[in-house]
Amino acid sequence: MARISYMEAARQALAEEMRRDPLVWAVGEDLGRGGVFGQYRGLVEEFGSARISDAPISEAAILGASVGAAMMGTRPVVEMRFSDFALCAVDELVNQAAKARFMFGGQTRVPMVVREPIGMWRSSAAQHSQSLESWYAHIPGLVVACPATPADNKGMLKSAIRCDDPVVYMEHKNLWPLEDEVPDGEHLVPFGVARTLREGRDVTIVSWSAQVHVCARAAETLAQHRIEAEVIDLRTLWPWDQETVLASVSRTGRLLIAHEAVQVGGFGAEIAAVTAEWLGAKVRRLGAPRAPIGYAPTVEDAVRVTEAATVAAVREMVGR
Amino acid sequence: MSETPRRNIDIARLRAHHLTMCRIRALEEAALRGLGDKVVLGAIHPSIGQEAVAAGVVGALRRDDILLSTHRGHGHTLAKGASSEAMLRELFGRVGGNCGGKGGSMHIADFEVGMLGANGVVGANIVIAAGAAHAIKLKGEDKVVCCIFGDGAINRGPFLEGLNWAAVFGLPVLFVCEDNGFAATTRTASMTAGGGPAVRARAIGLPAEEVDGNDVLAVEDTAQAMIAAIRAGGGPRFLHAKTYRLTGHTGVDTAPYRPADEVAARKREEPILRAADLLRGAGVAEAEIEADRIAAEAEMSAAYDAAIAAPFPGPEAAFLDVQDVGSPALGAF
Ligand SMILES: Cc1ncc(C[n+]2csc(CCOP(=O)(O)OP(=O)(O)O)c2C)c(N)n1
Ligand SMILES: [Mg+2]
Repeated sequence: MARISYMEAARQALAEEMRRDPLVWAVGEDLGRGGVFGQYRGLVEEFGSARISDAPISEAAILGASVGAAMMGTRPVVEMRFSDFALCAVDELVNQAAKARFMFGGQTRVPMVVREPIGMWRSSAAQHSQSLESWYAHIPGLVVACPATPADNKGMLKSAIRCDDPVVYMEHKNLWPLEDEVPDGEHLVPFGVARTLREGRDVTIVSWSAQVHVCARAAETLAQHRIEAEVIDLRTLWPWDQETVLASVSRTGRLLIAHEAVQVGGFGAEIAAVTAEWLGAKVRRLGAPRAPIGYAPTVEDAVRVTEAATVAAVREMVGR
Repeated sequence: MSETPRRNIDIARLRAHHLTMCRIRALEEAALRGLGDKVVLGAIHPSIGQEAVAAGVVGALRRDDILLSTHRGHGHTLAKGASSEAMLRELFGRVGGNCGGKGGSMHIADFEVGMLGANGVVGANIVIAAGAAHAIKLKGEDKVVCCIFGDGAINRGPFLEGLNWAAVFGLPVLFVCEDNGFAATTRTASMTAGGGPAVRARAIGLPAEEVDGNDVLAVEDTAQAMIAAIRAGGGPRFLHAKTYRLTGHTGVDTAPYRPADEVAARKREEPILRAADLLRGAGVAEAEIEADRIAAEAEMSAAYDAAIAAPFPGPEAAFLDVQDVGSPALGAF
């Protein structure tokens, strides 16, 4: 165990996997100088520029070439910088990477990790702030991972690199400096297993990525109002841990799903629908209004799902 | 590079460019000050050292011509006629910014002066520019579209697609590759194959020229000739302007990935110094040259003070201008 940051945890995970498997390599713009946020710092010195590879500003080629390289047996870790720029390579991800195995009758696999940092971060405005995880959850063939803690960013990235399916790996930019205890060495977090970070009998709150921390704070506040909230970090949207969520809601009878992404068509809708179908429980969602993200802090904050909004939604559901 | 003969320097023209470049420099310095003062909220990409491209190219456009720019677009936008105070308000996220404080540095647009937007996505403006020129052709107007992008952008697919589109449809657009040697921390040459932007453009059939992008008169002369040919119905043209980014990629990047002596050498060739030298050589008094700098700094200092005094937009701005059909707040908290 060591106390390290969310960013450092991912850096460790990648370095360990690259040491373990010579077929793992990373490619993206500016990686030779540590990457745009510093997630790759020091790696080119250890692994060389063939395995920590720079790239032209060619998102379609970065992703598309990685599909080819993955089909030929290597394991690319593809750096897209911001999930917003990954949109320049949606064909390569959605039509090619996600479908190659199925279309070709199982003759190939596309073992790649597509890192797409998400989220609001320091007035980054409409083209550098989006949370697009639900788009990829909709696409058969893709795994979608949204780590919320340093330990998970290590254990989930390692699992993603070892996974034979293409994994859309969405780190939250606001979490880079977050520090916590992270297990040393072989720490693997399996996909589709949620983490219950707080138990409670009155309501289940499900979230993922940075929003988990907002929900955890909301649960503290709710406790002062004698409301015991169970908080679940879903970790992966596909596969998502229905068992844990349904078991929790069958105890609490109420479910709130909170996410930073736009509420309309967000992944909260899927969780709410499944829970309502199976349990007929009281469900509610909290997501952003269907508006682009603005630059001015007042405008940016207007679409943020806050702790206060979470507390209010739960109190309304519980009736106290 | 094209060596433009300088028999008679048009002093008034050079003076005007010198003033424009000083205004751009002072605006960028005000933006950096704002970053230090924490009133600039998001990332900024300064164009310090690249002012001659903005002054020369945009100076060759008519006011009703159309301009598209990049994340490093403060200079282009100011040269096109946007108000410095509105730009600083935008950088500070305030009411009265060009985009009402909703866009910030990377999304500044000013449609009143024909500035169709900076862009946060590298290369995205190239195809949009082709479309803007397509509309001009459809409407039978004699405007020209000018699309400025960086050296890194030529490795994205839209570069090929946009140039081909403009050539196939014979559109009135001047593509300008503002080559500052870098794409963020990467030396662009290390990730670009072949003979560079102009060679690629020629391969698609666009007449292309290279110019010393720190020589404002050479930039303007070359751009002017190309724009005249485009306006006369000659189809798209391509200008490759070579310059150097004197700052880091963003306002906070100290650029440790390049040697200090390289930067120092390039500083000696920066465009404002060169224009000032030419003015001096042509007999313009030192005080007059200095007056441009002083005027520019005074303008930006006043704009800065006005901008920090402006209020932030209210939260309701988050729900304005989303779309006509359907309420953005529907179904949300
Ligand atoms: C499609 C896309 N990929 C990556 C980025 C991140 N990015 C922003 S600026 C930049 C470098 C651009 O280099 P260049 O085109 O030469 O313009 P310069 O910054 O030098 O003006 C990069 C990679 C982006 N904004 N858009
Ligand atoms: Mg550049």
